[in-house]
Amino acid sequence: MATHDNTINHARSASIIRSIVKHNIFIPCAFLILLLLINIFINPGFLKVSMGTDSNGHPVLIGNLINILSNATELVILAIGMTLVTASSKGQDISVGATLAISGGVVMRVLCGNETQPSSLHAPIIVALLLGCLAGMACGAFNGILVSRFKIQPMIATLILFTAGRSIASMAMGGLKPKAVSSFGYYGNFIPGFPIPTPILITVLVIIITMLVLKFTNLGLYTRAVGVNAKASSLNGLNPSLIKFLTFVVLGLCVGIAGFVQSSRVQTVNPFTIVPSIEMDVILAVALGGNSLGGGKFNMTGSIIGAYTIQTLTSMLMTLNVNTNAVPVFKAAIIVILVVIQAPIVKAFFSALMADLKSKNNRGKGDDTYVVVE
Amino acid sequence: MQNAVLRMRGIYKSFPGVRALQNVDFRLCEGEIHALMGENGAGKSTLIKVLTGVYVKESGEINLKGLDKPVTIKSPQEAQKLGISTVYQEITLCPNLTVAENMFIGRTDELIVNWKKRIEKTNVILSSLGIPAKATQQLSSCSIAVQQMVAIARAVDMECKVLILDEPTSSLDDQEVSKLFSLMRDLRDRGVGIIFVTHFLDQVYEVCDKITVLRNGELVGEYLIRDLPRVELVSKMLGKELGDLSSLHNETACDIARQQEIVIEANELSSDSGIKPFNFKTCKGEVTGFAGLLGSGRSECVRAIFGADHVTGGEIKIHGESVRITSPLKAMKKGIGYLSEDRKRDGIIGDLSVRENMILALQVMRGFFKPFSKAQAQAFADEYIKILGIKTASADTPISSLSGGNQQKVILARWLLTHPDYLILDEPTRGIDIGTKVDIQKLVLKLAEEGMSITFISSEIEEMLRTCSRLIVMRDLNIVGEIKGEDMTQDRIMHTIAGGATTHGDS
Amino acid sequence: MSSLNEAPQIGRFDGIKNKLMQREKLTDTAFLLTITITLFFTIYALAVIFLGDKGFGKVQMFFNLFNENAALIVIACGLSIVMVTGSIDISVGGSTALICTSCIVGLNKYGFNFLTSLLLALAIGLAFGILQGLLIAYLEIQPFIVTLAGMFLGRGLVALIEVNQVQVANPAFEKLSGARIEIPFLGDYNKKGIFLQSKLEYGVIVALIIVVLIFFLLRKTSLGRSFYAVGGNPQSALMLGINVKRTRFMAHVLCGLLAGIGGFLYLFHTRSGSVQQATGLEMDAISASIIGGTLLTGGVGNIFGTLFGVLTGGTVLLIVTAIGSQDPWWPQITRAAMLCFFIILQSVICSRKRNKSE
Repeated sequence: MATHDNTINHARSASIIRSIVKHNIFIPCAFLILLLLINIFINPGFLKVSMGTDSNGHPVLIGNLINILSNATELVILAIGMTLVTASSKGQDISVGATLAISGGVVMRVLCGNETQPSSLHAPIIVALLLGCLAGMACGAFNGILVSRFKIQPMIATLILFTAGRSIASMAMGGLKPKAVSSFGYYGNFIPGFPIPTPILITVLVIIITMLVLKFTNLGLYTRAVGVNAKASSLNGLNPSLIKFLTFVVLGLCVGIAGFVQSSRVQTVNPFTIVPSIEMDVILAVALGGNSLGGGKFNMTGSIIGAYTIQTLTSMLMTLNVNTNAVPVFKAAIIVILVVIQAPIVKAFFSALMADLKSKNNRGKGDDTYVVVE
Repeated sequence: MQNAVLRMRGIYKSFPGVRALQNVDFRLCEGEIHALMGENGAGKSTLIKVLTGVYVKESGEINLKGLDKPVTIKSPQEAQKLGISTVYQEITLCPNLTVAENMFIGRTDELIVNWKKRIEKTNVILSSLGIPAKATQQLSSCSIAVQQMVAIARAVDMECKVLILDEPTSSLDDQEVSKLFSLMRDLRDRGVGIIFVTHFLDQVYEVCDKITVLRNGELVGEYLIRDLPRVELVSKMLGKELGDLSSLHNETACDIARQQEIVIEANELSSDSGIKPFNFKTCKGEVTGFAGLLGSGRSECVRAIFGADHVTGGEIKIHGESVRITSPLKAMKKGIGYLSEDRKRDGIIGDLSVRENMILALQVMRGFFKPFSKAQAQAFADEYIKILGIKTASADTPISSLSGGNQQKVILARWLLTHPDYLILDEPTRGIDIGTKVDIQKLVLKLAEEGMSITFISSEIEEMLRTCSRLIVMRDLNIVGEIKGEDMTQDRIMHTIAGGATTHGDS
Repeated sequence: MSSLNEAPQIGRFDGIKNKLMQREKLTDTAFLLTITITLFFTIYALAVIFLGDKGFGKVQMFFNLFNENAALIVIACGLSIVMVTGSIDISVGGSTALICTSCIVGLNKYGFNFLTSLLLALAIGLAFGILQGLLIAYLEIQPFIVTLAGMFLGRGLVALIEVNQVQVANPAFEKLSGARIEIPFLGDYNKKGIFLQSKLEYGVIVALIIVVLIFFLLRKTSLGRSFYAVGGNPQSALMLGINVKRTRFMAHVLCGLLAGIGGFLYLFHTRSGSVQQATGLEMDAISASIIGGTLLTGGVGNIFGTLFGVLTGGTVLLIVTAIGSQDPWWPQITRAAMLCFFIILQSVICSRKRNKSE
């Protein structure tokens, strides 16, 4: 910093950079862009989207981006629910993979009955969807009751279904692994003649509904209030237990929709292998979206971008021929790095460092001199 | 002069944005009880935390008797090794361990411990200090006072030279306090230097030898107790004369003729907090107060009226009409507002903005499906920031970054927005600066004049005398008296709280 | 204070406790232990009476309970320790899978022997413990997130090492792992009336020794008591001069070490390894601790309780298999249901206590 002018310029550009860096969707966006760049580096044609035809000769959009957008559907939908649960209950639901297997299983059982290769659907698809969502919501309600009524830490409470869920799904399907008729596959793949994958449309629909709900109800405000300070919220007429319970049910609904999309996508559900370690992906998406895993405020846009980022990562690892079972290694490493960055101690360390650098200019005021150690 | 056991010179400590201590000196002598006084935010706790190694000072020197070099204290363990022990307001022992374990844990790094020997030793110490507890008893089965004494016994046994008692008496009754004081005097006579932090002036004058006053993180001075009359101590702590305060007085009094309209009437109301069934009524524009010690049931009464605790019996009439209040929301819809006692824990919603904190109660009353538009919420926020003079960068600032007084004003705004007929203010002035205190007191009187019924609860009796026209006095979860008009003097209230002459009440 | 209609029940609960306390001054820990031991013997006795023909009458059945659960006993001890300090570790299933597969690969391909594979197991366990402990204790990250990552890391690494299921093909190791102790004078007559002595695996001895050691550690040493202090009230523990971070760290290191030993015992018993191995082991261990009276909130727990928790869980599973259908999903669902039941029970008891003390 040689001259005065220089200092001002520095300060101005620094403040612009800081406001960008501090923006709450900076981390997921930066990470997403980084991943895309790596992908382009690996495969220069990565961004190319073209029109092709599927095996039946229908026109479809083809390309890595389309695949990522389509495959991220379940993750995005789950991340929306998980964001709310994280904010309200200060914990995560680790049973989403298992409960997704349950709702997927219910969908298959409703559609296929006791046949393994039914020639026609046993029930209208809408019934299957509703029952699948109902199953997901029931699981969410179960978790929600444990957390809100019995005051059990969310992760312990959901550990129960995390372990039992896939077995319950297997039971729900009567131990069968039926394969549904191909028309059921429209919802997880393509509607014949329409080039955009259906899951993308479903995602857009779910996101729009979520945004509308957040805008036209107080779900967001209540969830945040309860997450930040449940006691104070209850003295303001809120019912923290009810709101925690509700967020779990909402997550259950998300699980139900995601389970429907997933089972339509694969058309056969193996409860023990379907969406392996998706709970990890979802938590990762929420954390990556700039949400504190300790609850409180939330950032829905961040979570959604986070989910797409994770899907990009997954597909990149697949391109690099990493075994499916080994993918979690990388994600586990990333989530550890993320939570380390988020950790209050690390943050405090860096902010102390920053404060040291510019302490002379800043003179704050306020009479609360105590750092509250909680 | 006596030997100084502890000398702190030029201590500095700051937190991001806050200078907590600036150039503070402190001296403690052998065999004295030294009061450390100051308003909230004066830096008492910070000084003590620096001394006990919870915080590390930024600059300054700490000298201890018997050590040539200044010491740097980096952790509570180090402080203990240097002979500095602390007993905090909240019990800082482990309730799930036994008394003996609490006495000895964390003091040695021995791999294997001979508990039998320790239990014997504990029993000896306990009996020598006259503490009614057994070494093998689980700590949680002792009363709070005994737990506090065990903490002191531990400190004493560690041969501490400096014993810090941080608000030890706030949850004790009179008898327990006097027991604690005799223990403190006993220790003083053994040559221990005791730092006593309290907000009870009476206790300072009862037991201390010297006073050091801090204000806004700076040292005001050190005084011998006999040189510093109470009034001067208070004005040194506040840094201003009391004129502004004393000019306030509730002139409206209970003019029955003018205020026939009874707003709230509670009959034999009781809740699961343990409160005995009580009767209460207040009329339009009246300011009532619940007086009593901490834990006497004053908060529990209003919580029962607001439905914050589970109501187990009795009935409430609002404007003469019997209603069932089972939750805060129902109370709010019936026109009751409740500013809760513990601002940090039960009041503010830390990470949310000033605006969201303000509109919360009104928003909840309005309903889940009818959120305020941002513009509307902003208008509310702007209005009340102006009316109450809230100092905040913007309505988007998280409330947790405001000062205590301004936080309290935001919470007040939250309830004023709901336009209640009856507003309960439970310790609205605790832990906030004197200026805001006066503002709030004035506001209470103004609101009452406009016809709002208010219940005002405070630990400071003078404050209640200034604002309330009628006081309900509580003791041991019972209403023991009602004082109004001419009878409202500090003496009379004290006597009633202590259990002297009961007046026309309903006990 | 409790509401009126709850009062008599609490009174009764108190009465039992007071009676027990008169006989010998019982702490919370000991009180819960008594319940657990009673529970185990009641369940086992009921099984013997009603399901005697399904094998419960046999002495060997009782010993098999230990043979099957030796590894779990050790791992559950580790979990009890972290739970007493108010933390949790759900990575033990993942680390066990990793230990099994990597030891087998070592034994089969790289000429490992018993000792080197044991060392490898311990090293893996310790590495998990140290890494997780650092993150949890010193960076104060939620234990659940850290160990969830640990769990996926463990299983993921298995897939990196060996995707397929593997079996031990090392004669020396197999011989050692096949060895049994014959218990004198105890045994059963088989259908032909021949007396078969009861057999116990060596792993059980190791597990029981560890239980005793850990019991001693928790009861008598400063470190052990510090675990309780930190779990009971970390703030207080800090003020009492306990190094809270180091204590938490040590708890996780110990848990990791025990997971290493437990993982090795698991390998010693099963002699196979796969990605999906030991799924739900973490939950078995947690529920054993909970059944044994360890509070999820920390500060209360007893190692013998955990031992009996494992045995209770094992017995219930045996009963389910004995009476139930052959459907593969029942064991897992039973386990989860049991965990659920005890978590709720604990939550109810705790909230009652809290009400009482207020």
